[in-house]
Amino acid sequence: MKTVELVIVGAGAAGLSSAAAAMNAGVKDILVLEKENETGGILNQCIHTGFGLHTFYEELSGPEYAERCAQLLNNTNVVIQCSTMVLSVTQDKILTCSSAEHGLEKIQAKAIIFATGCRERSRGAIQTPGSRCAGILTAGTAQRYLNLDGWLCGRRVLILGSGDIGLIMARRMTLEGAKVVAVAELMPYSNGLPRNIKQCLDEFDIPLYLSHTITQIEGKDRVSGVVLSKVDENLQPIQGTELHFDVDTVLLSVGLIPENSLLEEAGVQLHPKTRGPVVDERCMTNVDGVFVCGNSLHVHDLVDFVYAEGQRCGQGAAAYLKENASSDKHIDVLGFGNVSYVLPQKLHFCDAKLFFRVKTPMKDCAVIVKSGNKELRKIRKLSLIPSIMEEISLKKELLEGCGKELVVEVKEWN
Amino acid sequence: MELTCITCPKGCVLSVKLKDGQIESISGNSCVRGIEYAKNEVLHPVRMLTSTVRIHHASIARCPVKSSKPIPKEKIFDVMKAIEAIEIEAPVQCRDVVIEHVCGLDADIIATRTFQKES
Repeated sequence: MKTVELVIVGAGAAGLSSAAAAMNAGVKDILVLEKENETGGILNQCIHTGFGLHTFYEELSGPEYAERCAQLLNNTNVVIQCSTMVLSVTQDKILTCSSAEHGLEKIQAKAIIFATGCRERSRGAIQTPGSRCAGILTAGTAQRYLNLDGWLCGRRVLILGSGDIGLIMARRMTLEGAKVVAVAELMPYSNGLPRNIKQCLDEFDIPLYLSHTITQIEGKDRVSGVVLSKVDENLQPIQGTELHFDVDTVLLSVGLIPENSLLEEAGVQLHPKTRGPVVDERCMTNVDGVFVCGNSLHVHDLVDFVYAEGQRCGQGAAAYLKENASSDKHIDVLGFGNVSYVLPQKLHFCDAKLFFRVKTPMKDCAVIVKSGNKELRKIRKLSLIPSIMEEISLKKELLEGCGKELVVEVKEWN
Repeated sequence: MELTCITCPKGCVLSVKLKDGQIESISGNSCVRGIEYAKNEVLHPVRMLTSTVRIHHASIARCPVKSSKPIPKEKIFDVMKAIEAIEIEAPVQCRDVVIEHVCGLDADIIATRTFQKES
């Protein structure tokens, strides 16, 4: 069985950026395993622009951003093995993977970075009633079929979910000649970036039905129609509010979940809110030498932040390999009030950035970091929404004598 | 009038005061690109366009492309037709011009990905 110093699972933005960072920090033996036959991850199918403003100071399309990430590793000793699927990982950091070229392989790693991205929630997950005929896809699947394979999956489309993937596909399908009859959103506010509502829906006069969901899908072999219903404060359909639409396609954009099926076997503790692992500021999990970054840690809005996280993670893995540093004394970080989650959940005594999301939209807020009753930092934010991940930095001097627990709280400014 | 700037993900809400069809003032922006956007949006709206073009002998069936600069909003569907009408062959370098001065406009359509030739 061969031994590799650092194995990285996934060659998307997080995997490539963490490989580059680890290499620059002195790690000499790096192997990146990628299940697809090319690097780039989800960026390859995100052909729209808006990527890279923070990383490269240019607005790039997904494929261009992917190419920049791949270029970081050109002419280096980092080995990228594509078309290789990691099947399992043990608590001792032994990976089992398979590929047509190398067959079944077992690799002993000294450190592992998981950068396996995320999955879309499916129709089964939200239990939409009605026919299980053809023509019901997740928005990301429709995007892949269209942008990589050249298939337009339908002509009259209704999209459930106003997250960015649904909005981007509303525009994309319309440009390719389909009719997007409506976008329905369960919550009373949209989950996507405001600029995407503008340039994907308003631009093409596609109506957005907030506080609505699909209560019936009709069709025998193929979708023929859907029924939308308004929902009440408990998100339950209201009788008598039904709207019928003739469509042949339903696209679902109802949430993303970190892909972490390998981690549980490896003994990694997961966090119920993020659905990703509990980590410290270097992205290391509770298992020594096992790191996670990118969408498999928590779902991001901008790839630039994935890239930055990959860098922190690569540096963290390099530091671990050099010093074999273990995470003993740490501070627990929790969210309070209108905070959905905070990352990292564990902090050591150092300069740190805390990332968080709010549960519900709020205007004119105070973001407070405190230890017990002592306020360490307080900033004012004019507007916070769940779909935009926020950040607050802490200098390590502020952490002096701060005890075992830090709380990040969001409440009204007064 | 109020508009949401779409230049970057910040999405600033801009306030534009018009008088006799001319712009009197612009506010609400966080950067100079917002001013540029507001001017264009009110007088002659433009949009970046991204799509794909059929490609032969490459690892996948479609090559992603984008307009080299924003194009007039009313021309978008004409440009989409022009892109769909052509086919290209690998090898292709990222930034290669696929259609020059598409639909007689100032903008080109350029590839946004590099493809080697596959057998």
